[in-house]
This record gives sequence, C-alpha cells and structure tokens, in this order.
Amino acid sequence: MTAVTEKTAVVAADKGMTKREWIAGLVQRRGSLVVLALIVIVSTVAFDSFATVDNARNIAMQSSFLAIVALGMTFVIISGGIDLSVGSVYALGGVLAALGIQWGSLTGILLPLVVCGGIGMLNGALVAYGRLAPFIVTLATLLGARGLLLAITDEGSNTRVMPRDALLTQLGQGTLLGVGYPVWIAVVLFAVGAVMLQRTRFGHSVLAIGGSVEAARLMGLPVARRTMWLYTGSGLLAGLAGALAAAYSASGVTIVGVGFELDAIAAVVIGGTLLTGGAGTVGGTLAGVLLLMVIQNVINQIGTLSSHYQSVVSGAFLAAVVAIQAYLSRAHLGRERGT
Amino acid sequence: MTAEAVLDARGIGKRFPGVVALSEVDLTLPPGEVHALVGENGAGKSTLIKVLTGVYAPDSGELSYRGSPVRFSRPLDAQEAGISTVYQEINLVPLMSVASNLFLGREPRNRFGLLDFRAMNTAAAKLLESYGVHVDVTRPLRTLGAGVRQMVAVARAAASHARVVILDEPTSSLEPREVDTLFEIINRVRAEGAAVLYVSHRLDELYRICDTVTVLRDGRKVHNGPLKELSRLQLVALMLGRDLEQIQREGTTKFDSAPAEALETPVLAARGLTSQHRLHGVDVTVRPGEIVGLGGLLGAGRSETVRAIAGSLPVDSGAVTVAGKPVRSGSVAAAMRAGVVMLPEDRKSDGVLPDLSVRENIVLAALPRLSAGGLVSRRRQDAIVDTFMKRLRIKASSPDQKVGELSGGNQQKVLLARLLCREPKVLLLDEPTRGIDVGAKAEVQALVGELAAEGLGVVLISSEFEEVVEGSDSIVVLREGRVVAELRGADVTEQKLIAALADGGGHG
Ligand SMILES: Nc1ncnc2c1ncn2[C@@H]1O[C@H](COP(=O)(O)OP(=O)(O)OP(=O)(O)O)[C@@H](O)[C@H]1O
Ligand SMILES: [Mg+2]
Repeated sequence: MTAVTEKTAVVAADKGMTKREWIAGLVQRRGSLVVLALIVIVSTVAFDSFATVDNARNIAMQSSFLAIVALGMTFVIISGGIDLSVGSVYALGGVLAALGIQWGSLTGILLPLVVCGGIGMLNGALVAYGRLAPFIVTLATLLGARGLLLAITDEGSNTRVMPRDALLTQLGQGTLLGVGYPVWIAVVLFAVGAVMLQRTRFGHSVLAIGGSVEAARLMGLPVARRTMWLYTGSGLLAGLAGALAAAYSASGVTIVGVGFELDAIAAVVIGGTLLTGGAGTVGGTLAGVLLLMVIQNVINQIGTLSSHYQSVVSGAFLAAVVAIQAYLSRAHLGRERGT
Repeated sequence: MTAEAVLDARGIGKRFPGVVALSEVDLTLPPGEVHALVGENGAGKSTLIKVLTGVYAPDSGELSYRGSPVRFSRPLDAQEAGISTVYQEINLVPLMSVASNLFLGREPRNRFGLLDFRAMNTAAAKLLESYGVHVDVTRPLRTLGAGVRQMVAVARAAASHARVVILDEPTSSLEPREVDTLFEIINRVRAEGAAVLYVSHRLDELYRICDTVTVLRDGRKVHNGPLKELSRLQLVALMLGRDLEQIQREGTTKFDSAPAEALETPVLAARGLTSQHRLHGVDVTVRPGEIVGLGGLLGAGRSETVRAIAGSLPVDSGAVTVAGKPVRSGSVAAAMRAGVVMLPEDRKSDGVLPDLSVRENIVLAALPRLSAGGLVSRRRQDAIVDTFMKRLRIKASSPDQKVGELSGGNQQKVLLARLLCREPKVLLLDEPTRGIDVGAKAEVQALVGELAAEGLGVVLISSEFEEVVEGSDSIVVLREGRVVAELRGADVTEQKLIAALADGGGHG
C-alpha cells in the first residue's frame, strides 16, 4: 500500500527532453542568428568590400528603420495579431515630420508620433473592443493612411525638404561614436523591448494572450486594454521610424514604405516568433532584420545579380522558417502529455 | 439569509440563439459552505458560473456580492472582487511554463518592478508540492498530462485567498489520490470562511464534500437544500426529472460484456511497445468481445500506451497487430484503416471540431462508409445522427448547432458518437465518461458493452478505479511505462488493483 500513499504524482518532469527536441528548440530560437553568422563569415571571405567599417555602418543604418517597425510588429504578432498598416504609417510618419518641421523640430517629431500613434490606437480599439479581425482592420488603415498621405501631399506631387540644420534632421543624420543616431535609438528601443517582453507583467500577459486569448481572459488578464496598447505601440514605432528615415534623407517622400509591412513580418517570423502567437523574442527579430538586410547588401555586392533576387532569397528564407516551425510544432505534438 | 450570503443571485436568465440556457435561477452561497451545483449535461451549470463571474452578461436577474448589488462585466472584475474560478475546460496557456500559468497577472516582482523568476519558480514549486504534485515548474504546461494541468488550474484559483471559490468539474481528470488532496484544500478554504461552489458528475464526491445542493434541470432551478436530506436516488431523480421507480427499475447499467474465448485470435495484440522515457516494452492483448482496462496512476503510461496503439505516439520499437494483421506503427491513418479508433484524453485540442455542426462532427469520419458512388445520402446521415443523438442523449438545439456551443459533457458525447459510427474493430477509450452525467454514463457503458458483445475489442482507461474494475474483463496494470501486473477473472477487484498499484507485484 505504501507506494500509493507516497507522492507518486511525479509526471514527465524527470523525463528529460530528448536530444532531438532540444536541437529542434534551439533551431527555432537561434536559427536566424546562426544563419546570419554564416552569411557574414562567407561574405567576409568572398567580398573585400563587405567587411568594411563603411559597409557595416551602412547596413546598420538601413536596418535601423525596419528594425524599429519590426519591434512593434513582434509584440503584435506574439499577441496573436498582425499589423498590416505599418508600411503606410511609416510613410505617413515621414511626410508628417517634413510637414511639421516648418514649425520647429519639436512639432516635426510630435506630429508624426501623435497621428501615427492615433492610427495605431484606432487599430487597437477596433480589434480589442470592436472584436474585428486584425487582418481586416489594419488592411483598412493601410489603405486609409496611404490615402491621407496622398491627400496632404497633393497626390504626392510636393516632396517637402527638411532644413539641414534643424535638430530633427540632425537626429537622422548625426552620429555618436561614428554610429548614426537612428541606430542608437533602435538599439535602445530593442533593449527596452526585450526587457518589457521577458521581464514585465505586460510582456508576460502579451505572451499569454497570444498563447490563448480565451484562457487569458478567463484568468482575468486585461486582454482588451493590452491589445489596444500593442497596436498603439506598433503605430507609434512605425511613425517614429518614418520620421527618422525622413530626417536621414532630409525629405518626406510619399512613395516609401510600400510593402514595408511584409518585410517587417518576414523579419519577425524569420526571427523565430510564431506567426500563430504565444512565443517569440525581440532578439530574434533583430537577427531577422539584419539577415534580410545583409542578404540585400550581399546581392548588391555581387552586382551582376538583379536586386529583385533579394526578394527571391528573402522569400526562400521565410518559406524555410515557416516550414521548420510547422515541422517543429508537429514534432512537439508527439511528446505532448503524460498519462 | 440574503444578508449573510457572500454571493447571491436572483432570477438569473440567459438565452443563446435557439436555447434558453438559464431561466429564473436563484443561487445563494453562504460563507464557510460547500455548495453543490448539479444537473444533467446541458442543464446550465457552466453557463450559470460564467454569468456569476462576468464571462457572460445575464439577460435578466440580479447579483449581489457581500451585501451590495454588483455587475461584473469581465472575469477580471469578479476576480478582483475575490471570486476565483476554475472553468470546466482547463483554461491555461499551453506554451507557457507551469510557474507562469500559476502566477500570470500577479507575478512576483523585484524592487525594479521586473519579474522575479527565481521567486516565482520557488513559490510555484512549493505551492504545487503542497498539492502533492511534483513537476519541474519551468516546463511548458503543454508537456504535462491532463491531471497535472487540472491541478495547476485548481492551485491557481485556490492560491489567491478568495472569498468565493468556484470549481466546474475540477476532478474530471484526477485520480482518487489527487481528489483527496483537492478535498483537503476545499476543507481548508471552507474553514477559512470562503464559500465554495462545486460542480461534479461524480455523486460520491458530492456526498463527501458538499453541504448543500442546487439542482438545475433544463436551465431551471428545481431543488435547493441540504445534501444530506437527499438520497442518491432522489438526487438522480431530481436531475433527470424522472420518478424514482423508473430509475430503480433501470438500475445502474454497467459495462457488460461476454467473457472472451481464450483461443480466439486476439483482435488487438500490442507487443513490446517502447517509446523513449515513456513506455518500456508494454504488451496488451485484447480478444474479440473483451474489455481490457489499463490500471495505473498518473504518469504510469496508460494514455501513452493507447496513443502508441493508435499511432499518434511514435514508438522506438514494438509491434501492433489487429485481427492478426500487422499495422504500421507511428501512423494514425494506418491504425484507422486497420479499424483502430481512439477517444483522446484531451477533447479540446485533438477532439471535436468546434466550428462544425453536430451532424458534421458525427458523420464526417463515417463518410466513406456512407457514400455510394461518391454521393452521400442525407437521409442515411440523418438516421445515424438521429440514433446517436437519442441514444447518448446529446442535448443540442438541432443537429446543425455548432459543437463548440454545446455543454462540456455533450461535446464528449459527440466525440463518442463519431467513433462509434465508424464501426471500429478496436476501440481505445481514454476517460470515456469524463464530464458525462449519470444518466448518459450508464448509457455509454451499456453501449460499449453491446459493441463488445458484437466482437469489438475495447481498451479502457479511467481515473475512477470503480469504472475500470466494473467495466473490464481483465486489467493490465502499468507503472512507469512497464506492465507490473495483469488481473483476470476473479482477480478483477478494486482491492487487487490497489494492491497491484502499490507493490507492482501480482503475477509479474
Ligand atoms: N456559447 C453558447 N452558444 C450557444 N449555446 C450555448 C452556449 N454555451 C452554452 N450553450 C447552451 O446552453 C446550455 C447549457 O450549457 P452548459 O454548458 O451551461 O451546461 P452544463 O450544465 O455545464 O453541462 P455539462 O455537465 O455538460 O458541462 C446547453 O444547451 C448549451 O448547448
Ligand atoms: Mg459544464
């Protein structure tokens, strides 16, 4: 009888993970980083012009804008949603910065943040309180923001130039320790984002919402409020990235940002975040962004290849990652529950 | 009476399209009492709980909490007011760790306001240990069994010093020993002066733990009073709305099957099933018409055994033959073609298709058999669906209602119907009567008995020892993924089973 009364409820706990699962988990989480490292090593050997300070600086700068957009997207996707509006919002942010700067740099930065944050909040409110599908809501604001953009620029005919000496323009073009401010901003935002996702109740609840909205709601988590802030944040970050990009090029151009949302989504997914929500990391997204940008850079280095191949290669990566994710989640099913 | 009640609901009404789930229901929960809420599947128990805790808004009625009227518009409000609930479908986040699931929303933080994982993991381990559950709390919840997940859900609710604790079928996946632990906790909570609302279809549990009872039938309150004053039979009669004699006449039907001929070819023979960390050479033999129970405690490898047979658990070695023919291992499709069907442990994640109708859920699997020249006769479909809906008493507004809208027990019945209408050779049942009310339980057991008599082989898992012992012709006892004993004939008794679990002895 003794064995029954003893605490025998030890379940699966002592049965360690198999090696295969361990490797699979690692590929999921760190795969993009490993591939990134490999490409960097190969390119360094293959192209003299790749591993130069200038080129690294160039890649970092190019990456920073996409990275800031992808950061917001990471949170949204982890929560089980999607934000298709960021491309348009990014462009709108740039034009608004160029528009606002005529009343000073402060207006130049606040105007895009307020408007883009507002669009994000609208997305969030419709998704969280209106219970509408994020895909539809953000598709609508994608179109809406693009329309607004064309309206305030007379069909895109007037491109506003930002004065070189304005503070905001300097924020885009200036450097600290040889590295551009936008890069520093992106780095700081990612550090904050990582801590937020992993070490705060906010981040934890985002993971829970993405893992199971129903459970999160029944557990008493403030699902609607969280969701609204996620989209607001995504809009804000897209606006900020747009404003910084405009400052960097000293002009608000309307045609930028078309398809940018897809790049951001690709970077997030390549970075190991589940498109179905519930799991992902901010660091992975950074690796995903750099991977996309390095591939682009390498294809430019090759020179003879049309830049369209960049999309082909990025697409192939994305397909591979999604396939691996699907495979892994199926592999996991095999070891689901104990008795 | 109203003044002293912690929670008091008056005249609650709630309708869904096509159904009146609740009408004019009153419920009073005084402090320091365990109140049973009983009724058939679909009677409205879970709906009432969801109305009380702000998941659904009632169409009519008033709620007062600690003497003043309240209206909870979301679960968070009820929770903050001090009402903790374990909902019927285990509602936790599978991808997150056990510790996170326990503490979500109230995680310990360090002085910088950041999550303190070390404190959280320590607290989680300690909490679960006090419930007799020893698990690595950093593991994702989905890697654990249904029993442990249910304990985690209970621990989460009971840990938050609530004034009202609501438990909707908390024991459906628990073993007797864990039920004991749960009852200790309930007693502790009651002693602290909290009110407990307890839902279960297991009558003996109700009599062990509950003070008072409310009986719901078709969304109406039909009885309220001390539980002791009701005999079991009276209670069942109230639930089913039938008179006492009728129930007595019918008796409690048991799984009931013809004894197997030892010489016949086994309809199912599994040999040496081995799967890393989980199964170590398990043999199971089922002859036509035989019901073989799998005995064992949580984590013994019972679910794994049936999943290995059904092809949904990859095996490292071992062979399965059905009616003498070998079946390719690790393939659900191959096992199905051979006539093996399984009722999975977790109906939510790998069971019913919630967005499809009752009809579709039942007949989809049987379509190949029902079709003639690619056409499926709607009449034959309807006949089958109708038979099963009647026999299993599936309560739905029509065969076209979405399964996701059915009550928990009725979803389980739909799953069963789907398996049975495929006319399998081997039926693997993992907790077939979980969440099913007494009336339907007898019906399920009778149905399985009938099928066995027609030559079907059945493997049965149940966390209720009684059900295993009564239902099985023989019992294979497992421990830590190994067969430790086999009970046959006169040895199939609860004492022998418990003894075999205890020392792993018996006959080898
Ligand atoms: N979301 C919904 N939409 C439509 N009908 C619903 C919904 N939820 C419940 N119902 C219906 O309300 C009735 C009561 O269901 P409820 O889940 O409360 O039953 P229950 O007493 O908890 O049963 P069980 O013992 O099976 O868990 C059922 O007829 C069910 O089909
Ligand atoms: Mg229920």
